[in-house]
Amino acid sequence: MTMTVHVDIVSAEKEIFSGLAEMIFAPAELGEVGISPRHAPFITRLSPGEVRVKVSDKEYYPFFISGGILEVQPHLVTVLADFAIRAKDIDEAAAVEAKAKAEEVLANKTGQIEYETAKTQLVQAIMQLRTLDRLRKRGE
Amino acid sequence: MAVGKEIRTKIASIKNTQKITRAMEMVAASKMRKTKDRMQATRPYSKKIAQIIKHLAQANPEYKHSFLVHREVKRVGLIIISSDRGLCGGLNSNLFRKTLLQMQQWDNANIGIDVCTIGSKALGFFGNLKINVVGHVSKLGDAPHLEDIIGVIKIMLDAYEQGTIDELHIISNEFVNTMTQRPTLDKLLPVAASELDENLSGHWDYIYEPDAKEVLDHLLSRYVESIVYQGLVENNACEQAARMVAMKSASDNAGNLIKELQLIYNKARQAAITQEISEIVAGAAAV
Repeated sequence: MTMTVHVDIVSAEKEIFSGLAEMIFAPAELGEVGISPRHAPFITRLSPGEVRVKVSDKEYYPFFISGGILEVQPHLVTVLADFAIRAKDIDEAAAVEAKAKAEEVLANKTGQIEYETAKTQLVQAIMQLRTLDRLRKRGE
Repeated sequence: MAVGKEIRTKIASIKNTQKITRAMEMVAASKMRKTKDRMQATRPYSKKIAQIIKHLAQANPEYKHSFLVHREVKRVGLIIISSDRGLCGGLNSNLFRKTLLQMQQWDNANIGIDVCTIGSKALGFFGNLKINVVGHVSKLGDAPHLEDIIGVIKIMLDAYEQGTIDELHIISNEFVNTMTQRPTLDKLLPVAASELDENLSGHWDYIYEPDAKEVLDHLLSRYVESIVYQGLVENNACEQAARMVAMKSASDNAGNLIKELQLIYNKARQAAITQEISEIVAGAAAV
């Protein structure tokens, strides 16, 4: 029998996923990490990107998160996302639009604060689109 | 007929009041449903982050964050969450009573108090007492945003880091069910592992990425924010539930009052009629 670890993914608004998994991949700040069961205690910040939960060889659950915190205990993995959705639910049109808008604001720089928010929004939009792209490539 | 004119106007005025209380009851009921949903939606996040913090308090980090270190208590910070509006039964007064009791205890132990208030009612109450109010925010509405309360939290966290306060507490109403709301006091800082998890005792520490300080700073301020936010959302649900119950009993009381007055009015009218008839009969007999 393969080993499993309990995974909880919550966003500020709701619980997104809770269950057993064989492995979980997450976009940590210093590069993507893969967590197997019985991993040593580990804590890191996450950047915007895709979190993938491998439930079995055939079953993967992809999620998009906009950043957050990952905590690993040997038998428990918790992802605290600022904002998270199932990758399937990403609204591609909205993401493209958000990307265009952010680029526009970046092009004619106004204030420092606007610039920073636009930059974050741009990163998020790009990561959402990239998550979708990857989904398609895998043929899901 | 002139009989019981005052009683009739009184009944009419009570009926008007009853209409208002009934309307408020229904508004509160529908708002309660929404605020309750909001409260339940944010619960998993604050529960999970509290769990992580609990783990963290049992680890033996090489970097001791000031939020994890216990100091001798000379001054405490208190965040009080109340509602913005009244007419919600004993919700706020129960909370304030509990707060005052706790303050008295601190006072007896010669511990100073700095207060941050969220909600107009708390400011109105504690602003008039001789209490040091260092921060306040109100008019957050039914769907408060985290950004709105960050300022107040920052005041307290800065004070804690500078050593002005040695402990941070939060008092707010806990939503037990629609009929019951319980004022609860929680210690936010320093983070304490209340019930120790057997599996986690011993010497171990997290692997931190990028490094302990950055991650812990981020995590701990997130933790405080999420707990205060949860308290605020929960207090909102409490407010609507308490208002609904208070308005329901007000409507019921108005109904009882109307019934009693109606009875008095009918008796008075009956008495007047009887008197008139007996006068006529007496007059006819005299003729």
